[in-house]
Amino acid sequence: MIVFPRQRRGVADPLPASNYLRASELTPWICAAGAYFAFPEYLALGGQILIMVLFALSLDLVLGYAGIVTLGHAAFFGTGAYVAGILAVHGWSEPLSALLAAAAAAGLLGVITGAIVLRTSGLTLLMVTLVVTQLLQEGANKLGWLTGGADGLQGIVIAPLLGAFRFDLFGRTAYLYSLAILFLAWVVARLIVHSPFGRSLIGIRENATRMQAIGSPVFQRRLRIYAISAALAGIAGALLTQTTQFVALQVLSFELSGTVLVMLILGGVGRLYGAFIGAPLYMIAQDQLARDDPVYWLFWIGLLLVLVVMFARGGILGIVDRLWTGTGR
Amino acid sequence: MLWLRLSRPMDAALSALVSIAFHGLAYAMVLYLISVGLSVTMGLMGFINLAHGVFAMAGGYVAVSLMNRAGVPLVAALAIACAVVAAASMVLERALYARLYGAAELDQVLFTIGLVFMAGAAAKFIWGPLPLPVRLPDYLRGQIEIAGRLFPTYRSVLIVSGAAIVTTLWLAIERTRFGAQIRATVDNRRMAQSLGINTALLFTCAFAVGSGLAALGGALGADILAIDPTYAQEHLVFFLIIVSVGGLGSIRGPFVAALVIGIADTACKYLIPEFGAFFIYAATLAILLWRPQGLFGRTA
Amino acid sequence: MNEQPALETRALCKSFGALTIARDIDFRLPVGARHALIGPNGAGKTTFIDLVTGRLKPSSGQILLAGTDVTALPAEKRVKGGVGRTFQINTLFNGLSVLENVLLAVGERHGVAGNMLRHAKTCRAVVDESQALLERLGLGADAARPVRELPYGRQRLVEIAIALALDPKVLLLDEPAAGIPSAESGLILDVIETLPRDIAVLIIEHDMDLVFRLAERITVMVQGAILVEGTADEIAADPRVREVYLGAEQTR
Repeated sequence: MIVFPRQRRGVADPLPASNYLRASELTPWICAAGAYFAFPEYLALGGQILIMVLFALSLDLVLGYAGIVTLGHAAFFGTGAYVAGILAVHGWSEPLSALLAAAAAAGLLGVITGAIVLRTSGLTLLMVTLVVTQLLQEGANKLGWLTGGADGLQGIVIAPLLGAFRFDLFGRTAYLYSLAILFLAWVVARLIVHSPFGRSLIGIRENATRMQAIGSPVFQRRLRIYAISAALAGIAGALLTQTTQFVALQVLSFELSGTVLVMLILGGVGRLYGAFIGAPLYMIAQDQLARDDPVYWLFWIGLLLVLVVMFARGGILGIVDRLWTGTGR
Repeated sequence: MLWLRLSRPMDAALSALVSIAFHGLAYAMVLYLISVGLSVTMGLMGFINLAHGVFAMAGGYVAVSLMNRAGVPLVAALAIACAVVAAASMVLERALYARLYGAAELDQVLFTIGLVFMAGAAAKFIWGPLPLPVRLPDYLRGQIEIAGRLFPTYRSVLIVSGAAIVTTLWLAIERTRFGAQIRATVDNRRMAQSLGINTALLFTCAFAVGSGLAALGGALGADILAIDPTYAQEHLVFFLIIVSVGGLGSIRGPFVAALVIGIADTACKYLIPEFGAFFIYAATLAILLWRPQGLFGRTA
Repeated sequence: MNEQPALETRALCKSFGALTIARDIDFRLPVGARHALIGPNGAGKTTFIDLVTGRLKPSSGQILLAGTDVTALPAEKRVKGGVGRTFQINTLFNGLSVLENVLLAVGERHGVAGNMLRHAKTCRAVVDESQALLERLGLGADAARPVRELPYGRQRLVEIAIALALDPKVLLLDEPAAGIPSAESGLILDVIETLPRDIAVLIIEHDMDLVFRLAERITVMVQGAILVEGTADEIAADPRVREVYLGAEQTR
């Protein structure tokens, strides 16, 4: 039995008829807003979840839509995190501008590494993305005077957001800040995905040979989305730094690349909302289960991955889709 | 035989070089034994198996446990570990891996990452989080003298036995029918099938041999690469580097890559420890960009 | 005719190391031609198309489209120069609908495919043109179906639709009827026969009935080089061609 990816009854990635919001698309925002009021003691976790949703969303653009299988997305997350942190340590404590700087740095890294990575494919591509991340992590480890090395970067002070909102101990400002940035990123991602450019990415993923034969500049298109995705990942990293006032060396780790990949797979790749389902599920489960049985946590995740690949290839959204089309809607 | 007395600094430098070469070679042997199976199966089945390190880890755990807890002698423990892991891998291959042979790359990556997580958690559950202590038998402790210098006995034996295994492997690949079938299938799977080669059986056997070798490498190298639950994840990048730099499906390629990495990493740790594995990663990047198929790999 | 040929190659060569796949190919395809390229398997016909479209880089020689040298242009830019091709094996976006398959091609031609800010459905010109093309080829009813659900013959038609969507001046069809049962091949034939006269068509085919029905001129390729070229009657009578096809079931 061979498992085919994207095997669905209907058409893969049907394009919605127009760009107007469907009611179901408001769900994540209602939930996020609701959580703010319903779980005030968990806002720190909530903020981290929002950040991981953003990170997973950025990965979805590259992996789900353009079909680039990378194990090195943490490179951009970590770059954004460190840039924001280093700027803050050196006196640049205004959050929004630092966020932009982090995005620019990560995006630039995306362009440079993308120009290299996207000329390869398959295992070579995977390895190059891995190695680039390792290089960055080694660099961060050794340049302790700049990055704090293995102990992490401390002493980060972030000025009040927009001059008025201080980052309080309860994480309220952090949560709303992350939520607002996530919303903006989502607007951008949604625009891209529904645009002709987004559709051409899907074409590239489905059959790059055909795309080339119809005159599509495949390399350029992939580089563009790679850079955009890198910038978004960098924003997520910077958000983490600004809301936790700390940068750990793990922001550049292979483990983080793997974790965000798992989150995205759980929710469903290439459906825009997989990140919104997978990341919260993973992090809430980890918070609840790993606390009691840290040994078993990874085991269950591993088992879940194996089962998802064998039986539920499209993740949770894939299952929902199958049920939806199965009832003959 | 005259033995030239060199001036002190030169003598020290030569000692350092010899030491680096020696330890690097031992390290390289271990890395190669573990990685060659991965190269063959990835080249043969076109399957990205990130869980290969699990076999090395399992080999290490079984062999060391047998020696520590049951007092089994070294050679027997190695043989048992090898056989057990090879057998288990055959079951795994038939039951799970074979279903994903045509699947998308992402599926294979995720699936094998899942296996790595499960194996690591299982290892932690059974043996605890700390690295297994390795108690060498008496005849392997201490040092032996070669050409006027002292070398650790264990590593010397490791290098020699590693070389013996490698030579046997190379002869087997070149001279036996099994080896020829493997080489043919790596080169052109469809053609091999139409020649009547039972590729499914070939895959299973090659997988078993590769896993058995990995188990041997993991067990023999327990002193160099400590056996703990994070083994499969921690050394994954190095195994993948050796295979991708060496060239998928190649037997010689990973050997060269393992030599380079083993010696270079040892040299770096000794001479420029502040750079860590930086040099290895940079070199890998450079090589993969220059020759994406690896040093000895086939061009697409 | 003094006008430039739609497609011309001069001394086109391609080797992989010691293996020569294309030898000194001098080829001219006039505007509006109906030309067939035949030859035994392995003769290098598909390689020739790959070289012309830019999928393979030549070892030496020149390729000209409507008089302009495109040898150095990458494949995606040659499409703008008016080259469209179909593949021997269906190379479609299997998970997408028939309409989407054509939309992608038309979108590229219109130059909107790089646009990140509009919703794809608002490019009305692209959508309308794609639908019209599908209607013309008899695929209108299948527009919303995923391509992989279509029978192979109709998928082959989608393959041609995508090539036509590029508004090519030179259309390269690599065995358009391959793999289609003869009962269904009528569809493909009709489409090819009714192609506009300003498009130059080059067909690779093994089915001789098709070749003699569609082609005005035929080129025979053997082992990477052109053996002979002439009108359909000349080729049919040529003893060298008979020799090349000795053993094949379809000789006239």
